[in-house]
Amino acid sequence: MKVIYQKPESLTDVNTIYCPGCGHGIIQKLIAEVVDELGIREKTIGIAPVGCAVLSYDYFNFDVSEAAHGRAPAVATAIKRLLPSRIVFTYQGDGDLAAIGTAEIIHAAARGENFSVFFVNNAVYGMTKGQMAPTTLPGQKTTTTINGRHPETHGYPIRMCELLSSLEGVTYLERTTISDILGIVATRRAIKKAFLWQMENKGMSFVEILASCPTNWKTSPLDAMKWMKETMEKYYPVKIFKDPGIDT
Amino acid sequence: MRMNLLNGCEASAEGAISAGCKFYAGYPITPQNRYPEYMSRRMEEVGGVFIQAESETSSINMVFGAAAAGFRAMTSSSSPGISLMQEGISYLAGCELPAVIVNMNRGGPGLGDVTPSQADYFQSTRGGGHGDYRTIVLAPWSCQEIHDHTYLAFDLADRYRNPVIVLGDGLIAQMYETVRLKAIKKRFPKKPWALDGCSGRKPNSLKSLFLTPGVLEAHNWKLAAKYAKIEKREIRYESYYCKDSKYIVVGFGTCARIAKEAVEMARQQGMNIGLFRPITLWPFPYAQLAECLKNAKKVLVVEMNLGQMVEDVKLAAKNSDARIFFYGRPGGGVPDPDEIYREIKKK
Repeated sequence: MKVIYQKPESLTDVNTIYCPGCGHGIIQKLIAEVVDELGIREKTIGIAPVGCAVLSYDYFNFDVSEAAHGRAPAVATAIKRLLPSRIVFTYQGDGDLAAIGTAEIIHAAARGENFSVFFVNNAVYGMTKGQMAPTTLPGQKTTTTINGRHPETHGYPIRMCELLSSLEGVTYLERTTISDILGIVATRRAIKKAFLWQMENKGMSFVEILASCPTNWKTSPLDAMKWMKETMEKYYPVKIFKDPGIDT
Repeated sequence: MRMNLLNGCEASAEGAISAGCKFYAGYPITPQNRYPEYMSRRMEEVGGVFIQAESETSSINMVFGAAAAGFRAMTSSSSPGISLMQEGISYLAGCELPAVIVNMNRGGPGLGDVTPSQADYFQSTRGGGHGDYRTIVLAPWSCQEIHDHTYLAFDLADRYRNPVIVLGDGLIAQMYETVRLKAIKKRFPKKPWALDGCSGRKPNSLKSLFLTPGVLEAHNWKLAAKYAKIEKREIRYESYYCKDSKYIVVGFGTCARIAKEAVEMARQQGMNIGLFRPITLWPFPYAQLAECLKNAKKVLVVEMNLGQMVEDVKLAAKNSDARIFFYGRPGGGVPDPDEIYREIKKK
């Protein structure tokens, strides 16, 4: 019998805590698939964030460390500098990367640290049940912006790719989405590009992935995908900001 | 034997290098700016990694990463910077990662000043960050000792998989003395728990999050057993003329060194007086001090703060009849031997 599809070796065989329609399951599976495809499982080290994906050290079947909230880029910096032949990545949500860990990501990027960042942007705080994120859209309702985010009182969302694009240390910078099959395929390609770019020792590779959080958006999984496409991707355009031009 | 004229920062840095430290991350802060400057050159020379981080928060988390990867790693700073590191130190303790943190204590609270202080005693010996944990704390009183203690700190950190703090101060940081350098360490303990890629083994993970009810409690009990072992094995102290002395002066670090001179002066005047000096501030030598106080009638605790270690001295003296006095200089004040001598005579 020919096996045409199976669980990647880089994922453990456990149930995740993720809600139905959550983007984390999709994205972590993509990362695991790419790690398998590139044959780098035994030399990959991941850094888990604080937030919904904190338990990813139980889901990835390779070495993973916890990091304090927002500090994953500092932890990854040291590991990659000391073990340059390993493949190191951080997996961070929007609160982790764009609020509490803003200093760490900007300075790791400015230094051109040679690891990959997978930035999962679902425009809301997931694990703490739905408060405003730095990437919450204007007008979007959260548990701390019950009448919607008003920029005049709550400030404006941060577009991380646009912000980082001025830094020379980031050499591959792309925003993708998982709102449909084409987006998922493009996201998988971006993850692969990031790892290949890291193997070339060319500086930080950063992929922002727009993801769904139906539970905290208070939508069905299907409507969540629709909202991503119709609203989120308008504010956060899916595009390549810096293209290393690698063949995948 | 290598002899060098070094200040406390350089002496400590050389102790780290002799101990095989291969990673330093730090952020400039007076009075220990010489530390990152010196390490930026020395790490390169010994094939290690030096990073000038964007903050002390980042420094300690870089140290976390380096320790996670299995390397001997350290950072140094002074009081306000050490405050910023407390989150990271709590994570190191929770994840049971070995690391060395050198604090050249300056005056506080807040931005304080840049002169020597011992006001971080509580922060150092009571955990400092959130959660139930302890860090081993070594209190050197000379450039030679900060060299030796930093070297020792790496061995202790590895032995117990626990952060170790070397608590110096602004005086030790900037004072120059001759230092006998330790030989470069060649053999290191294996770290099967480190994250270096799961080649030929099951994946490792490092974490301090245990959400399943009861699991974190079990983890804390495991840490408690480790701390009890450290309390049993790692207490260090020195005593001078303590046997049968009626009067005991207690101090640590710089203050102990100054007090020693005052004690010598008092002895020359015929006083029956000794000095007790904890070297490990945690674990604190309660039993050893209690033994020392058996015949004591008076105890003078001298610190460069408003009275912190004196609380531990009182705990040690709970079965003693001795009256306990305190003399402190907070906010960056440094007593001189005459001043302590006068204080001894007054009590």
